[in-house]
Amino acid sequence: MTTATPATRPAGTPSRRRVFWPGRAGHLFVAAYVVLLIAFGVVPTVYAVYFAFTDAGDNFTGFSNFVEAATDFRFFSAVGHVALYLVCWLVSLVVFVVGLALLLHRLTSSGTSKALRFLYYIPGALAGAASVLVWLFMLDPSVSPVSALLRAFGFDTFGEVVAPDHLPVLFTLIAFWTGAGGWIVVMYGALNNIPPDLLEAARIDGASVWQTAWRIQIPLLRKWIVYMVILAFAGGTQLFVEPQLLSQASVGVAGRDYSLNQLSYDFAFQNNNVNTAAAISVELLVVGLVVAGVFVARSGFFDAD
Amino acid sequence: MPTDTRVPAPANESLRRPAPPRRRGTRKLPNPLAALVLVLFLVFFVLPVGWLLLAATKTDDQLVHGNPLSFGSWHALADNWTALTSFQDNAIFLWLGNSALYSFVALAITLCVAIPAGYALAMTEFRGRRTLLVATLVVMLMPNATLVVPLFLEVNAVHLIGSMWSIILPYSFYPFGVYLTYIYFSTAVPRDLIAAAKLDGCSSFGVFRHVALPLATPIVALVGFFSFVANWTNYFLPYVLLPESGQFPVQVGLGTLLNSVPQFNPTVGTTAVERPELALATLLAITPVLVVFLFSQRFLVAGMLAGATKE
Repeated sequence: MTTATPATRPAGTPSRRRVFWPGRAGHLFVAAYVVLLIAFGVVPTVYAVYFAFTDAGDNFTGFSNFVEAATDFRFFSAVGHVALYLVCWLVSLVVFVVGLALLLHRLTSSGTSKALRFLYYIPGALAGAASVLVWLFMLDPSVSPVSALLRAFGFDTFGEVVAPDHLPVLFTLIAFWTGAGGWIVVMYGALNNIPPDLLEAARIDGASVWQTAWRIQIPLLRKWIVYMVILAFAGGTQLFVEPQLLSQASVGVAGRDYSLNQLSYDFAFQNNNVNTAAAISVELLVVGLVVAGVFVARSGFFDAD
Repeated sequence: MPTDTRVPAPANESLRRPAPPRRRGTRKLPNPLAALVLVLFLVFFVLPVGWLLLAATKTDDQLVHGNPLSFGSWHALADNWTALTSFQDNAIFLWLGNSALYSFVALAITLCVAIPAGYALAMTEFRGRRTLLVATLVVMLMPNATLVVPLFLEVNAVHLIGSMWSIILPYSFYPFGVYLTYIYFSTAVPRDLIAAAKLDGCSSFGVFRHVALPLATPIVALVGFFSFVANWTNYFLPYVLLPESGQFPVQVGLGTLLNSVPQFNPTVGTTAVERPELALATLLAITPVLVVFLFSQRFLVAGMLAGATKE
């Protein structure tokens, strides 16, 4: 890949330039990006690590900040909350996204399928605070369009709906509502990459719809499902805006320290303890980095050349 | 790898449609269970958006007692508008303006930075190229909330807290944009073309400006789209980095409004915000992204499938 067309290019032109600075143009093209990468990727990481291993007086403290974070009474409940949320979120994502993509792919009318994919995708525009606000309304029996449904489940007030036990499911609902549409589009695209001959052959051999989906389509989607799960897992560990806004709106039913990011935020800004905050950030960073790194190295998705 | 060749090739001309034409005659009604599932999810995805549109046209009383899916009145909409805009003296416009400022300035920087970088990664050779590519992939896959608290520590150390650049510059760092550009150039633009231009005496920058950039229009639009949406919808970073309400983008502003709604926060005093006003504010906050969505469906699909072209 180094020299694209050796046959059509006289060897002199590029190599003469390479004498004094090989790849000079390339370096100039990426210079601004590298500056940003260092300033907002590398430096904050290094900085967080530095803070995590020192105290307020800049003395090296080993793992004591990590110990302090881990022994905080809120830490393990936050880990538990995030873990429970992740289970709900990942399971629902895999089951429904794959299921819906398969159903959409079987629709004989391509117009309907396209329209549905777009409509499923619309809530993606409400990512962030907007989706949480919308769902605060959806979950409030006094104004919700599905209040009958909420009451049928025995919830008459907003407070009952957002009881602490329900939160993992509710955050899953919100995350699924905003995020699933995009993944359905991706899965649908991946399904289109499966050669129609293969499905036709299965059909001729007498495979039922279920067998085709289970034995052919889903195995061929595996790579994409893994991609989705990895990204959703990494994103899910960072839960912040949903519990934060919900804790504002529910008068403390959902605590300000529900998730790990909230706890880190609280340590930094409520307790003025940036070192412990940094320790939690480093832990979350390690999760993000390891997940991303392993995925880049092992998935074959991004063969860097 | 078709395993069975006994079948006459089924409609190969339309790879995207698995249904071969001959099925058209015997087209079955859709499986009722499948149709039901699709419709239920349609309701799930669309109902809240529809409700939100209608809620802005109602009074709080209509919101509670009226049919949830009825239209209120233009009059109520105008009242909500007046009440919302008078909240903290036009704060909503200030927030929308801030969002636009942060998103667009960051978008401009992102394009100036990411397009050349992606181009260089795909089309040129230089020392450290592979390292940079791998670093880009790793950072791209990390959720953007990961670095928020560390970023605060860094920005605090260089005394930029409260400056708009503390938001704009981190937004401008957009590895996904670099990756998309890289994919685009390495798959859609032949290296021969670049080599030929160089042969004709073009300098490296001349090649970029006169050959690569004119070919890059689709990718500029795509990166611009994703960068804009990501910046506009970001909550955590501005929430942590911006100390003053006057600097909030609209996403964080919505949180302030939420705090002033008595039904959600009973301790609120006289500056109460009614729920339909909050719904209207939410609508205003999402309108730019929604408009971009409606007009660029094609980009969306192309961008989200970017990985697929690399298979």
